[in-house]
Amino acid sequence: MLVVCLSKQLEILNQLFMNDHYLKEKEGLYSTENLQTSLKRRSFLKYAGASMAIGAIAMAGCNKDDDNSPGMDEGVYLGKGDIAILNYAYALEQLEAAFYTKVAEAPYSGISDLEKSLLTDIRDHEVAHREFFKAALQANAISDLEVDFSSVNFGSREQVLATAKVFEDLGVSAYNGAGQLIEKGEYLLLAGKIVSVEARHAALIRDLIQNGSFAGSDVVDMNGLEKSLSPTKVLTAAAPFIKTKINARDLPTY
Amino acid sequence: MNLFEIIKNIENVDADIHDRLNPRRAAVKGLSTFGAKVALASLPLAIGSMFKKAYGQTIPQKIIDVLNFALTLEYLEAEFYTKGLAAGGLIPNATAVGAITVIKEHEDQHVAFLKTALGSAAVGKPTFDFTAGGTFSDVFSNYDTFLAVANAFEDTGVRAYKGQAGDLMENDDILRYALNIHSVEARHASHIRQMRRARGGGASNLKPWITGANDTGVSQVDPVYAGEDNKVQAGADITSLNGVNGKISVNAATEAFDEALSKEAVLQIASLFIVS
Repeated sequence: MLVVCLSKQLEILNQLFMNDHYLKEKEGLYSTENLQTSLKRRSFLKYAGASMAIGAIAMAGCNKDDDNSPGMDEGVYLGKGDIAILNYAYALEQLEAAFYTKVAEAPYSGISDLEKSLLTDIRDHEVAHREFFKAALQANAISDLEVDFSSVNFGSREQVLATAKVFEDLGVSAYNGAGQLIEKGEYLLLAGKIVSVEARHAALIRDLIQNGSFAGSDVVDMNGLEKSLSPTKVLTAAAPFIKTKINARDLPTY
Repeated sequence: MNLFEIIKNIENVDADIHDRLNPRRAAVKGLSTFGAKVALASLPLAIGSMFKKAYGQTIPQKIIDVLNFALTLEYLEAEFYTKGLAAGGLIPNATAVGAITVIKEHEDQHVAFLKTALGSAAVGKPTFDFTAGGTFSDVFSNYDTFLAVANAFEDTGVRAYKGQAGDLMENDDILRYALNIHSVEARHASHIRQMRRARGGGASNLKPWITGANDTGVSQVDPVYAGEDNKVQAGADITSLNGVNGKISVNAATEAFDEALSKEAVLQIASLFIVS
């Protein structure tokens, strides 16, 4: 039996962990969460995870106080592990649903019937995603986020579509990036069911801006692969549009 | 829970682990005494590097199977668009040629990427019959037929990758690559559907997303859309949840979630287009 608190061990390990991409991926090197993520990337915990929760490792033999870092407890707490990932997705869907709700309520000037119909469809999809996550998370669901679209002129087609493009491309890369952090196959499948719909949206919005730009080289690389973004990067990108402070302390990321 | 229990758990999941770790087996077994002398903190690092050695060189068969399955579908798509672009007069204008070229290049890149990942384990390219035994006899002379088949291929591709994600969970990198191809296929599907809608006729109401089951107006591709009309996700009936005006509609509930398709179902669809 290991007597010493494992999370302490992991902290020490962080300082010894001096190889490959781990160090390159910066930020918060000395946190247990990051080490767990890193180990997970090595397929190590993936195996362990088949019969136990990742969190159990850090918890084993540890005083809960060990997890507390000053100044890290503010804001809406996403939770840990898969719950945190689902809440992260829920937060992004809240943002998208709020955006398209505004678009549909007061369409930009000169909107065509076709565009209005398509954007209303997208609103309904994002609302469905939002309500689904809320229902699935039940008591674990985060509260309603306050959004901030003050930078967007909703009367301008150009601005609305440009913002929609940012949200849709970001949404796709967010789900793409979160897939490997998900523990339960069922949740991975759900993320897969949603991400392709977001990609359908993204392609449409891009085509509305410029026909034929549905899968431009800014989102698809030379191997024909779309981008993945880590939760940390996605939340940073989304931050200007979300007033509510989000506490992603235990959100798996890399 | 301690490290030794974790190793036991790994053995339960992967019975061959000791064979694969062969030269280091003694080290794994000897951890209990080893640990007393060496800093405990170094153990996870040692095990991590062993796993890297164990899996770094060879890909497990389960993953090879998934990648070869994907490669077969990518061969199908790549050759389909290559032939379409080569068929004189099929694609009516430069904008459409541009879009089909973008898609064709992505499919070529997917083929190349998967072949590289698989190395010598990669399957060869099958011989295709894009008329599906005569069902789509004018596929390379009638633009609407060509787009209809493209529509079915792209939507099949989206469903196929989605269905395999779970089998790739043990390898983060390969899972990520598969997801990164998956969303590109969905972008293609969205655009092909827009191209079909722009053609009018039977496809004039087609949307970039799938409404209900087979919404393409082409009954021959019903199997591609089997189960797409599902409206229950993780036990929640989406139509029972609140939408903007009343409950979420059946259309929105089915459009908002693309469904997966099993490997068997996808292979059955693909087999219609594969001669050998």
